Order: sequence, then structure tokens, then C-alpha cells
Amino acid sequence: MMNIALPKGRLGEKVYQILEEAGYACPSIREENRKLVFENPETGVRYFWVKPSDVAIYVERAAADIGIAGRDILLEYQPEVYELADLGVGKCRMCVAGKKGARESRNQTLRVATKFPKIAKSYYSALSRDIDIIKLHGSIELAPLLGLSDVIVDIVETGKTLLENDLEVKETIVPISARLIANKVSYKFNHEEITRLCRRVDGYLNKEAVR
Amino acid sequence: MRQMKSDQVVRQLRELYRRYGYNQYRMSKFEPYDLYVRNKSFLVSEDILTFTDADGRLMALKPDVTLSIVKNVREGDGLQKVYYSENVYRTSPMTRGFREIMQTGLECVGEIDLVAMGEVLLLAARSLETISGDYLLDVSHLGFVAGLLDSAEVPRDCRGALLKRMGEKNVAALGQLCRELGLDPEASQDLCRMTELYGPPQELLPELEEMIRGERMAGALAELRDVCALVPDGNLRLDFSVVNNMEYYNGFIFRGYLPGLPSGVLSGGRYDNLLHQMGRGDGAIGFAVYMNLLERLEDPGEDFDADLLLLYDDSTPAPAVIQEAERCRQAGQSVRVERAVPEGLSFQTVRKVG
Repeated sequence: MMNIALPKGRLGEKVYQILEEAGYACPSIREENRKLVFENPETGVRYFWVKPSDVAIYVERAAADIGIAGRDILLEYQPEVYELADLGVGKCRMCVAGKKGARESRNQTLRVATKFPKIAKSYYSALSRDIDIIKLHGSIELAPLLGLSDVIVDIVETGKTLLENDLEVKETIVPISARLIANKVSYKFNHEEITRLCRRVDGYLNKEAVR
Repeated sequence: MRQMKSDQVVRQLRELYRRYGYNQYRMSKFEPYDLYVRNKSFLVSEDILTFTDADGRLMALKPDVTLSIVKNVREGDGLQKVYYSENVYRTSPMTRGFREIMQTGLECVGEIDLVAMGEVLLLAARSLETISGDYLLDVSHLGFVAGLLDSAEVPRDCRGALLKRMGEKNVAALGQLCRELGLDPEASQDLCRMTELYGPPQELLPELEEMIRGERMAGALAELRDVCALVPDGNLRLDFSVVNNMEYYNGFIFRGYLPGLPSGVLSGGRYDNLLHQMGRGDGAIGFAVYMNLLERLEDPGEDFDADLLLLYDDSTPAPAVIQEAERCRQAGQSVRVERAVPEGLSFQTVRKVG
């Protein structure tokens, strides 16, 4: 039985659909209930929903053999896992954003509000820029509006929230999408099953791309 | 799987190493901080727990055993074969904060030849076998990877990024980075293929033969083949995504895995470069087993804190209480004596004295 950690939410549902099409269906997952774990002995999979930022932890500690995590999470937490495929869904980008038209002054320590302190730190340290990181857990866009920070480092999908709040993207740090990750030890002991799954997912994605 | 307590495993490993003629090496819990600063990149984690000694010298609780051993082994005395079982103090990225980690392992220092390498790999396999018959032992050769990077003329400062992606088996990102660096397409393709490969050496060796470019790769692959031929190969796997720090490790490397554990339990390889950096001309090979991971394999233990709880009060004289408890213990039971039932503990039977 292969344990698969899915990120709760829209992305997870999209990802499940890919896995279903690739031959790893588990009909009970679509039932409306409060169950956390879904099994299908026929296809040999057990799915469970976890908070997106926790997927990497489940996989790193082998509670899940494989999982689907956004690249943002992988960059932020640097888990010891294999990154086997780019699923091409959940596409967005990690950006620096700030008030529209605001001039960035280099003679002050830049205050950066973010959910991703590691990504922000490594981005600015590559630019040799001294920054003050303000770690927030949500509503990051509020920070520059209230003067809590000069800029934010956050995920931008459509840019609509930014636009409506008079903010703009200043810089794109890195493109993000959902990745298929595997626990390193599970990969070794279940090499055949996991590579088969990767091949099938790859096959399905290529077919979709052609269409 | 055989269930064994980790202290039993340590005893068995010591016995195993002793039978191969290795001597136990005991060391102090701390060393001057200098040693680790000079060799910082050899360490798994850079954080070091320090304190000031009585004479004002800065000392460190050992984050690593190998450095202490290599420093103290003299050159030119033939092979030095030692084993150890020591605690080291490290942080892990997951927990931050320091942890005490029990390591058992061995080092072979001197002129390393095929026999010495084969013996160390065999001991690694036997060590894993002691714990579980279902182990996997991954082998790799950094000379083969480095040879490919040399032949493709990859600049030194880009190698870290390539190796990181190899370590993640992230073939898509690896291919993309190769293109960005403008590497020879054929070399890039081989690098990606090498990262993906996983399987028994005898199955993969033919494919690897075809990737050989130049002497370094040929030498590395020949060495890999010869060493692997010296150990039973049912549990061996080739995996070039096992990439250690190339500054210190230079050749043959290996990692051991057990089912049911989230990460590798054994790690080792050739580290001649460390000796070169210490100004020596010879080589070394060794490995460590991370004992702290093994407690995950243990049985959770008995359901009771003791078989019998014996209650007494002032009406029974002390000698009678002691004697009755002793009698029950001689009959094979574990017995706890108390005036009242202790909170939070459980016993199979609870009764009064007499």
C-alpha cells in the first residue's frame, strides 16, 4: 500500500484528478464526509489530506511515501526528500511586491513581511542587502499598506489582490508549481511502484499537453 | 524483522568489529574548538556546542568522531583499524536545538587498497544485517560523478548547484540547469540518466560503461565494480544521487537503509581529501551507524510497569514485606512495593502483603 499525502484545498483536488487519470483512483475520496484517510486496495493507494505546508514533513518523516507539495514549501523548508516530477499545476510565482510607484531606498534596512522567511533571506542575501524580516502567517498584503513593512515576499497567482490594494509586483524571485516528492527511504524500498507511478503521471501529463 | 534493543545492537556491532581485528577507540567528550573550525565543512551540521575550559580555552562538545580519530592516528604505522561507540552533539534542521546522538562506527586509516575497501563495505553490510535482513546498501563513486563534470568542463562554483539537484533526484531541474550552464548536451543527458539510475550494480554497470569519458571515470567505475564484487550483492544498489561533500570525500561512498525508518542509518566512504587537508599523504575509509534512529524499530515494550504491586501498611513488619517481595521476584515476577497504589502506573496484579 502506497501512502500519498495530498495538500488540502483546490490544488489537492486537481492533483488527485491527475493521479486518478494516471490509474490511482480511490472513489471513496469523493464522498462527502469527515474521514481523513481513504484507501483503495485495488489500486494499492491510501490518500490523506494534510495542510499544504505539512506535506513535506509527512513525506520527510516517512508517514507518507509520496506527496504533492508546492515548490514554495520545498524552498522554504528544504526537506530531505526526492523531487521526482513537476506536475505543472498550481502555477504561480514567488514575488517581491510593494506599494505602487513607491521608490525603493537603498540607504535603509529594508523591512520585509513574509510567510517565507528563508526564501526572502536567501534572495536578499544574494543581493547583499540587509533586511529586517517580519514573519506573518496571513494577510501579508496588509503589511505595506499599514506601514508595517516596505515590501512583501509572497506568492502571486493572478495579481488581483495586489491590484485591488494598490500594490504591484516589483520582482519575480522564482516560478512555483506543484511537485511530486518522495521519501528517500521509501523510494529505495518501493522503487518499482514509485517509478511506475511517476511514469504513468508523466505519461498522462504529456498526453494532456498535446491535447 | 528481528526486534532488538539498541544497546543490544551496539554490543553485537562491537563484537563484530572486534572479530575483524578492529580496536576500540575511546575518546573524551570534548575537543578544542579549533579542530572543528578548521574543518567546518567536513561536519554534517555547522552548529557546535562550545564552552570555556578552566584555563580559558574554547572547547567544543564533539559534533563528530572521525576528526578526533584521524587527528590522533600517526602516519606510516601501517593500517590503523579502530571502532568507536560515542555520543556526538549536533543540531538537526528539523528540530533546531542540540541533540545527543549515539554513533557506532569504524575507521580504517593508512594506505587504503581494494582489500581494505572491500572489508569496510562488508562490515557495513554485516552491521546492517545485524539489525535487519531487509537492509539496502547504496553505493556510489564520487570520482565517476566528478570525472563527468570535469570532462564537461563544469566550472567549480556551479558544481554545488548541480550536485544538490542530483541529491534530490530532480532530473527536470537538473536538465534545465545544464542547459542554462551551456553544458555539452550529451554530458547533460548522461548526468540526468545517472541521477535517475537505481538498482543492483551488476544490472547497471553495462549502461555506466557507455558513459565513460576519460581516465578518471574509467578508474572510478573499475574500482566500484571491483569493490562491489567483494560483498554479497543481493542488498547492494547503485545510486549516484548519493553525493557527499566533495571537499573531503573523494571516492567510493555508501549509505545504509532499513525498512520502517525515515532516513538512512549508516553513512560512510573514502575521505582521503580530509587527510590531505591535514597535510598527510595517505587515505582513509570508514562509516558510522546512527544508533538513535534504531529506537524507532524497537517494540514499545511491556504494557505494565511491573508484574506485581505489593501493598503494605504498619500492621506488617518490614522484614515480612521484604521477604515476600523477594519470594515473588525469585519466582520470576517484577515486583514493586508501595504503601498506596501509585498514580499513573499500571500493574498486572495488585495485592496486599500476606
